[in-house]
Amino acid sequence: MFDSYSISELGSIFVMQGFAGLILFSVYLLMALGLAIIFGQMGVINMAHGEFMILGAYVTYFTSQAFQHFLPALFPAYFFVAMALAFVASGTLGMIVEWGLIRHLYKRPLDTLLATWGLSLILQQVYRSVFGPREVGVELPAWMMGSLKLTDTIEVQINGLFVMTLTVIITAVVAVMMFRSRWGMQVRAVVLNRMMASAVGINTERVDRLTFGIGCGIAGVAGSAFTMIGSTGPTAGQLYIVDTFLVVVFGGAQSLIGTILSALSISQTQSTLEFFLSGSIAKVITLLGVVGILMLRPQGLFTLKVRR
Amino acid sequence: MLNVENLHVAYGQSEVLHGLDFKVRPDEIVAIMGRNGMGKTTLMKSLMGLVPTKSGTVRVGDGEITNLKSHERVARGMAFVPQGRMIFGTMTVEENIKTGLTVTGESAVPGELYEIFPVLLEMKHRRGGNLSGGQQQQLAIARALASKPKVLLLDEPTEGIQPSIIKDMARTLKRIRDERGLSIVVSEQVLSFALDIADRVLVIENGEIVHEENRATIDEAKVASFLSV
Repeated sequence: MFDSYSISELGSIFVMQGFAGLILFSVYLLMALGLAIIFGQMGVINMAHGEFMILGAYVTYFTSQAFQHFLPALFPAYFFVAMALAFVASGTLGMIVEWGLIRHLYKRPLDTLLATWGLSLILQQVYRSVFGPREVGVELPAWMMGSLKLTDTIEVQINGLFVMTLTVIITAVVAVMMFRSRWGMQVRAVVLNRMMASAVGINTERVDRLTFGIGCGIAGVAGSAFTMIGSTGPTAGQLYIVDTFLVVVFGGAQSLIGTILSALSISQTQSTLEFFLSGSIAKVITLLGVVGILMLRPQGLFTLKVRR
Repeated sequence: MLNVENLHVAYGQSEVLHGLDFKVRPDEIVAIMGRNGMGKTTLMKSLMGLVPTKSGTVRVGDGEITNLKSHERVARGMAFVPQGRMIFGTMTVEENIKTGLTVTGESAVPGELYEIFPVLLEMKHRRGGNLSGGQQQQLAIARALASKPKVLLLDEPTEGIQPSIIKDMARTLKRIRDERGLSIVVSEQVLSFALDIADRVLVIENGEIVHEENRATIDEAKVASFLSV
């Protein structure tokens, strides 16, 4: 399959597909971070995670519209406002869902799969009814458009670079919150032993609500980033949820580094193979690779080792 | 300090504790003894709010805690060292102690805890799950003390611990009591340990207190007869 390309062309293809893979990696990672908190830490299988992301995308879209109409002077900076709003909107919805639905299901984790799948269908229909079935796209401010020319054959898009920077920052913030903050410590304690956590004085219900909210909020931010590289429609979240679960399970459900490396390897394989083969064959090879590795390491790439 | 009146506890329809009455004064260590299945752990868990109370009242000082949730009880001065220790295994020793700080609002582990348990200071960056049984027991006690309790409950603290360390633990518990004026309630099957630390011994059988005696006047043979199968 490489015959028709020269060596330097192949080099450029790998670099550019690698870069496209990095953008995919960013969206996977942002989605997976929220999911890793909710699934990895709380054990809730949140099938509606994609819809929380799409809510963030819609919020971003409407913010961009609002800025265009009412504050055109500030349009170049709208994205930062949109991101904050997306986090708040998805996070608030997440907390409401936790209060109304999820908290009744902590003792039956498998049922969360059905309940949140139903929730995802409901949300999709709500989006369709409220925002319309047509896909919408945001207009990027001028500074985010265009690409940087590195060599004659290699170009990288500025919005892609921006999304990646964003991902790095958010990942770092999540890592710090999880392992340095009081909230992170309480989350880990609740996950390890809910009963004991409450017996040392942790308000487990509050921690659960906050955790679910933050996980969904991060999905909302992922949605913001998503608007830069794809168009937003009621069912767009569905396309990503399976891949995201793949990332979380492959990485090892409770390991942040595992999640990052698994998002990286899956997105790079996918993106590079897609150029030379068809999209579905690329997916088949990716899945086979993941299944093979999970057979050898059922706990995922990274696990913590302690005495049981 | 701890005041229990007519406490009934049931799992669904089957009542396990049939109206317990007892008081624990400040500065006092009370041992609750009894064979397996007589209700010791249920009593501990119900005092901690981990098992719902059917009827009766429990007070700490002047405040009633009968219907509070566990974390609210901790805020009112209860602390718990459970059977099997239940350390947060993948968290470090330091983090384990810090979970106990939740209700005090402090962010650093008080130095006096490391003074009581120097081994924990040495190991503060190790994962709790990788400690030995005796070290985990010390960690569980330190975690409970971090919330600055008025009443400390220990459920079978000697289980699975070697005899020399049991002696140390008795000394440590008495030291904590003397320094902090705590009330300590310890459920126990090992008579020698109970006699070593307790000021008073209660024997519980089939969910009722059947015998109560001060340490000074205790008849060892009589208590032993309650414990023999």
